[in-house]
Amino acid sequence: MLITKLKPLNEIENYFEKKVFVFKCFGCKEVYFPEQEINNFIEERKTGILSIGEVDYLCNVDFSKVYIEKNADVIQNSDAVVVFSCGVGVQVVSKLLENEIVVPGCDTCYLNGFQGLTVLECDCNQCGECYLNYTGGICPITSCAKNLLNGPCGGAKNGKCEVNPEVDCGWIAIYERLRTIDKEQILVENKMFVRNFEKIIKGK
Amino acid sequence: MEKQTFSEKLKAGKFVITSEIGPPKGTNIEPHLKEAEHIRDKIDAFNVTDLQSSVMRLGSLATCRLLIERGMEPVFQITCRDRNRLALQSDLLSAYVLGVRNVLCLTGDHTTLGDHPDAKPVFDLDAVSLLKVATDLMNGKDMKGNDLDGKPEFFPGAVVSPGYEPVELQIIKMEKKIEAGAKFFQTQAVYDLNSFEKFMKMVEKYNVPILGGIVLLKSAGMAKYMNEKVAGVSVPDRYINMMAQAKKEERVKVSVQIAAELIKGMKNLCQGIHIMPLGWEKYVPLVLEASAL
Repeated sequence: MLITKLKPLNEIENYFEKKVFVFKCFGCKEVYFPEQEINNFIEERKTGILSIGEVDYLCNVDFSKVYIEKNADVIQNSDAVVVFSCGVGVQVVSKLLENEIVVPGCDTCYLNGFQGLTVLECDCNQCGECYLNYTGGICPITSCAKNLLNGPCGGAKNGKCEVNPEVDCGWIAIYERLRTIDKEQILVENKMFVRNFEKIIKGK
Repeated sequence: MEKQTFSEKLKAGKFVITSEIGPPKGTNIEPHLKEAEHIRDKIDAFNVTDLQSSVMRLGSLATCRLLIERGMEPVFQITCRDRNRLALQSDLLSAYVLGVRNVLCLTGDHTTLGDHPDAKPVFDLDAVSLLKVATDLMNGKDMKGNDLDGKPEFFPGAVVSPGYEPVELQIIKMEKKIEAGAKFFQTQAVYDLNSFEKFMKMVEKYNVPILGGIVLLKSAGMAKYMNEKVAGVSVPDRYINMMAQAKKEERVKVSVQIAAELIKGMKNLCQGIHIMPLGWEKYVPLVLEASAL
């Protein structure tokens, strides 16, 4: 957990109109997690919430895996899994729950000099405007060499990135991930994204 | 009567032909302009590449202007690799005042593939957002919604790779490009007419003109190299064998024959062709002749 803030409500509240499973991560508490704000948000929408998992360090894959296995039935019954954590936590849960819709409840803000404590496959650039709800829980910024937000470049060959043929194309991974939950159409429906670098430079 | 422009020809349903100029690494542009002069009567517009393959070269915009001064129509290729959103918008405005109308908006190859692999890759925008920016400028606004004092007019285009896998993902991106303002498409090199036909059926609904890509095969080795390395390109064994069996002095003839076969097939499938001669500009007339164009 780094510095996070609650996502703009219009990006997440529609998930709570159906059945959701909520994750809250309390790992890096020494940094900042908008706990009160999240609790207020959840409280107002509790009718749709099947269960809330409060977890330390969601980014710890082994730990999260055990937790998810224990709660498999409830999670399976949900229409979406909303994760209040940094971008790494969301991506870890998304990877573990390939057949579920996993979306972030927070944006992860840029924090100088703090890049997380564990070496992980999933990475978060702390861009301040998390895209994981539009991309199947796989980050287009850290998984694409060109940080593309609106779909792949034409450079992938046999599913591998033009920059490093040993690395999978992030956008093909996003597409395949969305296909497993029958949601690839959201790539067409998504608005066009342009990054806001002011969020990083001024920490807005 | 004034000569029809590239966009007017496409609108009128003419089967259009574009070729490509790759500016030199240095200032020696004259030979490239001569090559263009040589085929200008047969070509509707010349794409000018923007630091193709991420190799530092003479600029696309300057070369476009030189073509205009000689009465030829350019397609200004502009990539997001080297400029941020301020520079891209400014260069689009500059292009307009220099007489450029056709702009091909591209994401661009990654910097690490070229001759300055240690450069900073920009990619502030991508092909989709760049197309949207061009559209905004045409509407008299910059991308932040500020008013422009004098607005440009463009015929914006984009690329699509029919041989990409999964092709559905390319088509999703294509749809986003059309939504953002793409009025025509040029494709990666096509060598398989059957799969190209399938692709054309899938994108027929968009009703946007598509120029099929033609790259002249220089040798069997080049074909194998492209199959191994170049995204979206797959040369069938039949063509590789034809090139392998050709004697050295017959290679051009066989290459032209293959290109002509592809072009003849494409005539009924798409709205034009885009020839990427990659140094074999002088053989373009032979290809067009053999294709009865």
